[in-house]
Amino acid sequence: MDITVNILLTIATAATPLLIAAIGELVVERSGVLNLGVEGMMIMGAVGGFGAGYLTGSPWIGLLAAVAMGAVFSLLFAVMTLSLATNQVATGLSLTLLGLGLSGMMGTSFVGQPGERLPNLDIPGLTSIPVIGRLLFGQDPIFYISIALTAAVMWFLFKTRTGLTLRSIGDSHTSAHALGIKVIRYRYLAVIFGGACAGLAGGHLSLVYTPQWVENMAAGRGWIALALVVFASWRPWRVLAGAYIFGAVWIGQLHAQAFGIPVPSQLLSSLPYLATVVVLVLISRNKRLTMMNTPASLGQPFVPDR
Amino acid sequence: MSANHDGTTLLEVRGLTKIFGTLTACDHVDLNIAKGEIHALLGENGAGKSTLVKMLFGSLEPNSGEIFWNGQAVRIASPGAAKKLGIGMVFQHFSLFEALTAAENIALSLDDGSPISSIAAKARALSYSYGLPLDPESLVGDLSVGERQRIEIIRCLLQTPQLVILDEPTSVLTPQEADKLFETLERLRSEGKSILYISHRLEEVKRICDRATVLRHGKVVGHCNPRQETASSLARMMVGNEVKAVVRAPAEGIETAPALLDIRALTRKPATPFSIPLKNINLSVRAGEVIGIAGVAGNGQGEFFESVSGEVLQQDAASVRIRGKDAGGLTITGRRLMGAAFVPEERLGHGAAPRMKLSENLLLSRHATDGKAFVGPGGMVKSAAVYAAAQRIIEAMDVRKSAPDPEAAALSGGNLQKFIVGRELDRRPSVMVVNQPTWGVDAGAAAHIRQTLIELARSGSAVLVISQDLDELFEISDAIAVMHNGQLSKPLPIAEATFEKIGLLMGGAEPGHAEHTLETA
Repeated sequence: MDITVNILLTIATAATPLLIAAIGELVVERSGVLNLGVEGMMIMGAVGGFGAGYLTGSPWIGLLAAVAMGAVFSLLFAVMTLSLATNQVATGLSLTLLGLGLSGMMGTSFVGQPGERLPNLDIPGLTSIPVIGRLLFGQDPIFYISIALTAAVMWFLFKTRTGLTLRSIGDSHTSAHALGIKVIRYRYLAVIFGGACAGLAGGHLSLVYTPQWVENMAAGRGWIALALVVFASWRPWRVLAGAYIFGAVWIGQLHAQAFGIPVPSQLLSSLPYLATVVVLVLISRNKRLTMMNTPASLGQPFVPDR
Repeated sequence: MSANHDGTTLLEVRGLTKIFGTLTACDHVDLNIAKGEIHALLGENGAGKSTLVKMLFGSLEPNSGEIFWNGQAVRIASPGAAKKLGIGMVFQHFSLFEALTAAENIALSLDDGSPISSIAAKARALSYSYGLPLDPESLVGDLSVGERQRIEIIRCLLQTPQLVILDEPTSVLTPQEADKLFETLERLRSEGKSILYISHRLEEVKRICDRATVLRHGKVVGHCNPRQETASSLARMMVGNEVKAVVRAPAEGIETAPALLDIRALTRKPATPFSIPLKNINLSVRAGEVIGIAGVAGNGQGEFFESVSGEVLQQDAASVRIRGKDAGGLTITGRRLMGAAFVPEERLGHGAAPRMKLSENLLLSRHATDGKAFVGPGGMVKSAAVYAAAQRIIEAMDVRKSAPDPEAAALSGGNLQKFIVGRELDRRPSVMVVNQPTWGVDAGAAAHIRQTLIELARSGSAVLVISQDLDELFEISDAIAVMHNGQLSKPLPIAEATFEKIGLLMGGAEPGHAEHTLETA
């Protein structure tokens, strides 16, 4: 029983950073902007979170620093692509490269230092309930943030007027502009939100997952988050499903490798990617629904003609 | 029918000028619109009408000139500012979001923050009270052009504007729908609202407009009272010279001519939950004749065109026959190679790739049929030949443009249409299928397109025209069939066809039971 609980907890820990980064990017892409810099923003969040926590001794300050770092870093992308209308793909890629290099440089003195870890939730009387206590009331704070964030984004996008406006900009920025919607302002806010989420996801890595600084510790999670958004056809609950499928198969194959199952480890390591893609493609078979949810102006720079 | 405007000016424009590069789209334009009048803005394609109204709606900034609203000098910096003043706009190229529902589209342009469900209810009520029925829950991507326009109009009216600008509003409506719209406009006028009405349909301008301002090449060339003018005097002001009337030479020996396009028991299941199924359609178009297909927007015309052109293949290869051979299983290119040519309804994205040059668009549609002329050894494109052919079409159709070989999206709608029709005509196809040949095209150019279609038929081709413009169908067709709810009526020879008969068929009445009902959408 305890083993099951432990496995479920590790799955949640593996899925949380993917979920947060992907939910942030989902909002960005729903506004019609493609930010390929998730990996870079994530790693900047990780180094910023670790550094602030290490220097102040407070993991909570680290958490705030991670969010701020991601947001500020995404602002660079926003200025380039939205105000200067640069190519979003190229700018996003360079943001990732810049983030990887910059974080390595900033983190040289942190390598090998013990970091601060965010404490798990501990509610007397509740957390000690067998089995569900630790699952529901004993996880790290970012886990709860990730679930709340997903619900909030779903509500925002599909139940609020502002969310509708954001989706309309993603569908056609020229039509939105013709209606008098401030396209660029919305996109700025969306990109910064995405950056803050990626920073938070990075903070999860260096403040919860492995409370230390290792260069390139995002290890491709930013790219997985990007893929999740597309394969989930820009719908929040599918992103959640995708992140957890990925987390589950990831943990599963680690255990399988530990048990020494006679399957090449490379094949096992590729399973999470394969399983996530297959499942998400299967649930996205409805072409009409996919068409409705794909932001039609994704990746196109917007320059209003005046 | 007299205007009830009290003479006070709502909007005045002095010396408004807009320059794009070397082109002066609007050159010191003066315009004033009184309270409670319907003011027509007339002009050919590229005369500067759209540029002018975009400046009034704040989506373009004038280079110079002044705008006065209720006597106050104003700067309309954005569409939002225009809406705040009380200016509403119904766009020609609709500014709708395809992935959203009608209600959501409407909600986006209202700033009152009320819930979507109440907006949907309001929109539904308003749409019925103005006789423009609308289902707020439907997805815009599934709607026909006519239905989309209703959303635009309702959306605009919900903002209770003082001035409503309508850009070519009747180009996609049936006569009955247009009548309803005119009632709506007259009702708005009686409520004291002003309307700026952009159109090239002179009869309707004469019918509903109190005053008219005529633009030519960016300049105001005249003001007039359209009721005191004739259609041809208005056309003369607009074009600068006489518009030639379309001449339909009598078709001879059609009865014995071979059917070049034969549609037999064409049936198609709906592709999406919202599209119209085609039910057992039979039609023959013979060499030498023009057959017109009338119908209210969204009754299966789009699906029919897709099936005939080969955008969608048929299970039964014999359901579409071109020049006596089965073509139902062939793609568009396959059918083109059999001598057919197609002009779809949607110009940008369907009839032409917006970001490609005209010559490139020409090559895209004709690389297979004119391979020898345009493609050399090793698949190399003969750019000079393609360019020359594009220039030939531009010349033949009098396409107005700002560069020698511009991107398709840089042309105004009417000019692009001229190019697309010209591109197909240039091949001298033996079967020509055209969907909405002159939508948004001005009088002079429309007459030219219609005349060429008739001449193509008389030279021995079969021409099938799908149109929502009944005047046009009556002008060019030898017989008119009506599409309603996916079914096609028997073609009615033009001598027997009347507006009333066709209108009733469009409303779904059975032939012979014409007194039955008249029900649109």
